[in-house]
Amino acid sequence: MRVALAQIKPQLGQWSENLDLHRQWIAQAKVQGAQLVVFPELAMTGYTLKDLVDEVAISLSSEAFASLAALSMEIDVVTSFVEESNHHVRYISTAYLSKGRLVHCHRKIYPVTYGMFDEMRYFGKGDQVRTHATDFGEVGLLVCEDAWHPALGYLLSQQGAELLIVPSCSPLRGVTAEGWKSIQTWEHLLIADATLFGCWVFFCNRVGYEDGVGFAGRSMVIDPFGEIVSAAPVGEETLLLAECDDTAVHRARLGAQMLRDEDAYLVLRELQATLARRGEL
Amino acid sequence: MAEEALWEIPPELRIDCAAVRDGLVRFLREEIGRAGFHRAVVGLSGGIDSALSAFLAVEAFGADDVLLVRMPYETSSPESLGDAQAVIDTLGTPSETIAITEQIDAYFRQFPQADALRRGNKMARERMSILYDLSRVFDGLVVGTSNKSELLLGYGTQFGDLASAVNPIGDLYKSQVRQLARFCGVPRQILIKPPSADLWPGQSDEVELGSTYAEIDRLLYGLVDQRLDLEQLIGRGFSTEMVEQVLKRMRQNQYKRRMPVIAKVSTRTIGADFRYPRDW
Repeated sequence: MRVALAQIKPQLGQWSENLDLHRQWIAQAKVQGAQLVVFPELAMTGYTLKDLVDEVAISLSSEAFASLAALSMEIDVVTSFVEESNHHVRYISTAYLSKGRLVHCHRKIYPVTYGMFDEMRYFGKGDQVRTHATDFGEVGLLVCEDAWHPALGYLLSQQGAELLIVPSCSPLRGVTAEGWKSIQTWEHLLIADATLFGCWVFFCNRVGYEDGVGFAGRSMVIDPFGEIVSAAPVGEETLLLAECDDTAVHRARLGAQMLRDEDAYLVLRELQATLARRGEL
Repeated sequence: MAEEALWEIPPELRIDCAAVRDGLVRFLREEIGRAGFHRAVVGLSGGIDSALSAFLAVEAFGADDVLLVRMPYETSSPESLGDAQAVIDTLGTPSETIAITEQIDAYFRQFPQADALRRGNKMARERMSILYDLSRVFDGLVVGTSNKSELLLGYGTQFGDLASAVNPIGDLYKSQVRQLARFCGVPRQILIKPPSADLWPGQSDEVELGSTYAEIDRLLYGLVDQRLDLEQLIGRGFSTEMVEQVLKRMRQNQYKRRMPVIAKVSTRTIGADFRYPRDW
């Protein structure tokens, strides 16, 4: 399978401009022979929306969403936008689109609200994590901060995920003599996920500046052995292509049998016991 | 060959200069570009901070699209003027030299008793006023030159040297400005001279602040970036007195780092619950 990660610079609050941007990058991915193209978190809207959230929110039954889904006629597309639910709650949602239709929608479970981030002021929390079947195997979606909660990757792994897709808006921050701490941390986290769960990880992070904050890029494809197969440069718009060996998950899980040995009942029992001790059950 | 040590750089404040320069150049291009401009105006004092801002602006826009401005008062040191000229010559940009002596003196003829601080603040605001005027003529935005150490300590004039449209160096401590300035090729004579606001002859930052920038930056980094408490800072060799003095300065000068506070009357108040990105 050939995947393309579209490390783009969305325009803040500009739905139609970003739809055009998607068209251009999808066309390029197709020319390069990719079967799946992944865009970053909030690729349809930009990140620092604040009170613009309401202006760019769409429902899954809207014409705007239909025009987005239509981009996936000849290539599978993962992209992200502000979804407004029937109850008018807004979510950071990510759609897996294929053959012109919505296959799966993931609502960000942990909108990040500490330090420089203020997402829960504007967004509701998703309450479900589910894999879904694709032509390339079982896929799990985690959006940015979701990947900092290892239990979510664990749940997807238990559901059979062979491929974790992680669209993100991760800023450049914490510079040291060795470079940006934020980039190093992402590498460590995602390599750990790929290694522990024996799955592919596609990390697509945006670039560009909004309100003084620079998004890092450095999108990565990591194989089920935990090796970085391909990585995009820091800060530059890039279409990162990677060839993914269909047998890699099979081979990785022959060498490391954690999934076979994993005791989900132990986790369940211990969590229940822990919650009971804390008086939360 | 190891680089010659020009200053003490605390190890925790060392930075990957190439990575930071790339980020700051992109920042200037994008934030100024989004406002509809592709040119910049920088006031040059002859010091290291404004020299670095000028080098970054030229990297971002090219020499022809950066206007460097010298604004001496009659007591400004001649070396400062020469050092600023060295930046202009090195970068090959257009430049202006506008003396501010006449207008400052005309004003203070009404207040002959005015002290040095009052005169210094007035000069800083006069320079700001000139930069914003030239910004209109040159069709470029004013690039800031205040570093994080100064911003945290409030060591600058509100609506004077602290004013700008975009500031590439406001999240770099002085010790980090030094590393980056050297990396970007700021002339050596500027790197090695003692930091000074140059508001009166012989003025020195480190004398006024009562410590070297290396010490102050270590303390600020511990307080702000690492969130250490008093006991931990004392463990790192700082006196209680110094920690408390710096904390007091940071608190007292918070107002300089914020927009003017607005009295809330309506249901949707600018800054409180009317919240749009700056890049709206």
